[in-house]
Amino acid sequence: MAKKETLNNGPAAAAILASGIGSLTLGLFTTLAQAVTLVNDALNFYDPVGPLSGKTTVAVVVWLVAWAVFYSLWRNQQVNFTKVYIATLIMIALGLLGTFPTFFEAFGG
Amino acid sequence: MTLTEREFWTVIHGMGLGTIFLLAFSGGLAGLWSLRPEWVTVAGIQERLHRLIAGTWIMAIMAWLTVITGTYIVYPWYRAKPPTGADLIRFPRSYLLANPHLAEWHKFGMEWKEHVAWLSPILATAVAYVVIRYGSKLAHEQKIRQALMLLFTLAFLAAGVAGLFGAFINKVAPIR
Repeated sequence: MAKKETLNNGPAAAAILASGIGSLTLGLFTTLAQAVTLVNDALNFYDPVGPLSGKTTVAVVVWLVAWAVFYSLWRNQQVNFTKVYIATLIMIALGLLGTFPTFFEAFGG
Repeated sequence: MTLTEREFWTVIHGMGLGTIFLLAFSGGLAGLWSLRPEWVTVAGIQERLHRLIAGTWIMAIMAWLTVITGTYIVYPWYRAKPPTGADLIRFPRSYLLANPHLAEWHKFGMEWKEHVAWLSPILATAVAYVVIRYGSKLAHEQKIRQALMLLFTLAFLAAGVAGLFGAFINKVAPIR
């Protein structure tokens, strides 16, 4: 059996939390684009794809920045993994909700 | 027996990458599930770890390739605006919206698919990173391993929703 070593869980927590932040951002911008025409137009980064190009690019950039920030904060730390995990699941759930048509179409369009 | 360029990319996006994605998910999830010190020896953990790393990274890479080809190659053909008088059958989005009994395929199916799919590579990459960062130490970290299994499954389900609607929509209004 492998010898148990003390695990510094900061980098894992940073990666997991950032994925939740990225998911939440995607849901948030999907709903915002539906609700606010100005946001929808601003997210049209690439015309053949339309606002989807902006929503996904913003989500990926926010995800990577959040990951870098939390990694630099937690790389040598032991964090409360359960709290981070619950926060991540809540953000993923909100991200899923924000990308669900029945939900975001309630905000217009 | 030929495929147009559009049909070729639709097959690559949906079937080619999707099939590898499915295989990688199975390998990755089985690897995460069985990476337990009470079940396997040190040698066993190392052997499973190679498969686990391969499974999670292949799934993450396939997820990125699928959403990128889908969004930037296939989707523009789907949403292209038809010129006046054009045959709508060559413009799937417009064709679906012009038929009241088919419009929900776009309004619900495509709208959900095009957004939810992007959750998959983000979640799968987080899992793949943690697997390669911690390696065999994960065997002793039940909480982290369980979190990874759930995120990995959510990544698969997000891609599954997208894949399922993609298959149905391509049946109702194929990209030609």
